Amino acid sequence: MGKDWQVHAVPSIVANETPAPQTIVIRGRSVLALVIAPQWPLDTWLAALDAQTERSANLFEQRPVVVNLGAAPQGERGPAAALEALVALSARGIKVIGVEGIDPLLMGQTRWSRLPVIPPGRETIREEAPREEGAGMAPVASAPAAPVASLLIERPVRSGQSIVFDQGDIIVIGAVSSGAEVVAGGSIHVYGPLRGRAIAGLTVGAAARIFCRKLEAEMVAVDGRYRTAEHWGPDLHGRAVQVRRDKDVLRISVLD
Amino acid sequence: MSKVMVVTSGKGGVGKTTSAAALGAALAQAGQNVVVVDFDVGLRNLDLIMGAERRVVFDLVNVVQGDAKLPQALIRDRRVDKLHLLPASQTRDKDALTEPGVGKVIDELREQFDWIICDSPAGIEKGATLAMRFADVAVVVTNPEVSSVRDSDRIIGLLDAKTARAERGETMEKHLLLTRYDAARAARGEMMKVEDVLEILAIPLLGIVAESPDVLTASNVGCPITLHNPASVVARAYDEAARRLLGETIVVTTPSERRSLMSRLFGRRAALA
Repeated sequence: MGKDWQVHAVPSIVANETPAPQTIVIRGRSVLALVIAPQWPLDTWLAALDAQTERSANLFEQRPVVVNLGAAPQGERGPAAALEALVALSARGIKVIGVEGIDPLLMGQTRWSRLPVIPPGRETIREEAPREEGAGMAPVASAPAAPVASLLIERPVRSGQSIVFDQGDIIVIGAVSSGAEVVAGGSIHVYGPLRGRAIAGLTVGAAARIFCRKLEAEMVAVDGRYRTAEHWGPDLHGRAVQVRRDKDVLRISVLD
Repeated sequence: MSKVMVVTSGKGGVGKTTSAAALGAALAQAGQNVVVVDFDVGLRNLDLIMGAERRVVFDLVNVVQGDAKLPQALIRDRRVDKLHLLPASQTRDKDALTEPGVGKVIDELREQFDWIICDSPAGIEKGATLAMRFADVAVVVTNPEVSSVRDSDRIIGLLDAKTARAERGETMEKHLLLTRYDAARAARGEMMKVEDVLEILAIPLLGIVAESPDVLTASNVGCPITLHNPASVVARAYDEAARRLLGETIVVTTPSERRSLMSRLFGRRAALA
C-alpha cells in the first residue's frame, strides 16, 4: 500500500457481469448511505443538525445521503417545504444522492426533480436507543445489502498509523500504540494494550462499544462522546475494560 | 549476498550515526566488505565520526546526480581495510536526492559490498524515507525513554509500509538496538525498563549499549568506538550486535552498574563532602 497504511474498505460486489462481445460490464455495487429525515418546523431541526455536525465534524463528509421527506407538510405547501429542506442540506455540504417518501416530480422544474427515488433498502443496523432529539437518521444500506463486514488487523497498529473502517467493527490482534488511531463505524475490539485513540460508532452510533485487554489509551470515543486518559483514574489503567454509551455519558467498566 | 541495512530512529540524538559507524567497523573487522552511506544531506556527521572529513571530495549527491562515478566518491578507511564511507553533501539539502537516483547507487553498491549500511537522518521526511526505501534489514536505534520509543514505533510502522520490500509484500527484518542505557538510573527507576520497551515495540532485541563517556571521546577523535577502545563495554556491545547480525547466537545481557569498591567509596565520599 502506497499510503501510510490507511484502510478505507468499501465492499463492492460484482453482481452482474455481462459477457457481451462488446464487453460492456455492468456491475452492482452496494455502498453505505446515510438516511436523514428532516422534521418540521425545519429551523429547529436544522439547528439540532448543526449541533450534531459540530460535535462530529466529518459525519457527512464524503458520504452519500438519502433524504427521507416523508415528514414534509402535506398539501400545497409540501413541495416548497421539501425543496427548502434539500437546499438547506445542500448548503451544508451534504451530498444528497436521492430522496424517499416523496415524488420528486412534485418539486417541479428544479434540479431536485431529477433526483432518483431510492427503493426501500434493508436497514442493516438499527439503533438500540433513540437518537438525540431531532437528529432522526439511521444508516441503511441501499439494495442489494452487503453483509456487515469487520476488519481484522493481525499486526500492531504503530504510532502515526490511522485505521479507518466505517463499514463495521475493527478487531486488532496486538497493540494499538501511543499516537495511533483506530476509527470504526461499529465497535472496536483490541486484543492487546490500547495505548492510542479508539473512536467507535461512526455509523452505528451509540450502540457501538470499545473493548480492550489493557486500557492505556490516550482517548476513547463512542458516537461523539469522548474521554481522555486524565478522566479515568489509576483504578482502570492497565485493566481489561469495555467502553459504552449510557445515554449521554461514556461508561468504562472493568471486564475481569 | 549483499544486505542493505538502514540504521534509523525517528528521533535525533539517540545514537544513529555512532551506531552505524560502530556496527560498520565491527562487521568489517569480522571480514565483511562494508560501506556506510550517510543520508543526512545538509547535516553530515558520519565523516567526522569516522575521521574522514578531510578526505571528502565527491559525495552521495554528486553520484546520484551523475556528476561523479561511485569509485571517486567512496572513501576507504585507513584503519580497517574492508570499511568504506560514502559521505553526504553538506552544502545541499535532501531534495537533491531522488528515489531512482538512490536506487541506482544502491544497486551499484550491492555489486561490490556485503553490507550497505544506510545512516538515516532524524525525522520522517524525504531523507529518512529514502534511507529506508531499499533496505532489507533495519536497525531501530532507541533510547529507554518514552519520546524515543514512540518515535521508533512510528518508524517501525513506516518500515512496514513505505519500503520497497514492504510494497512487494515481503517482510522487513527489524532489530532493536537500545542505546544510552544508564544502568544506575534504570536501577533507580528513572528510565524505562528494557522489557517495557520491548513490550511496546515488539521487535527482536539486537543489543543494549550502555551510556558511556567513551562514545564522546571516540567521536571527538573521529574513530568508530569499536576501533577506538575495543575493550570498552560499549565496543563489546556493538561487536556482539554485529555478530548477531551475522547469525551468531549470543545472549543479550543488560549492562549492570559495575563499579569497583574503591570508586564506590570515593564516589560516596565525594557526595558527602
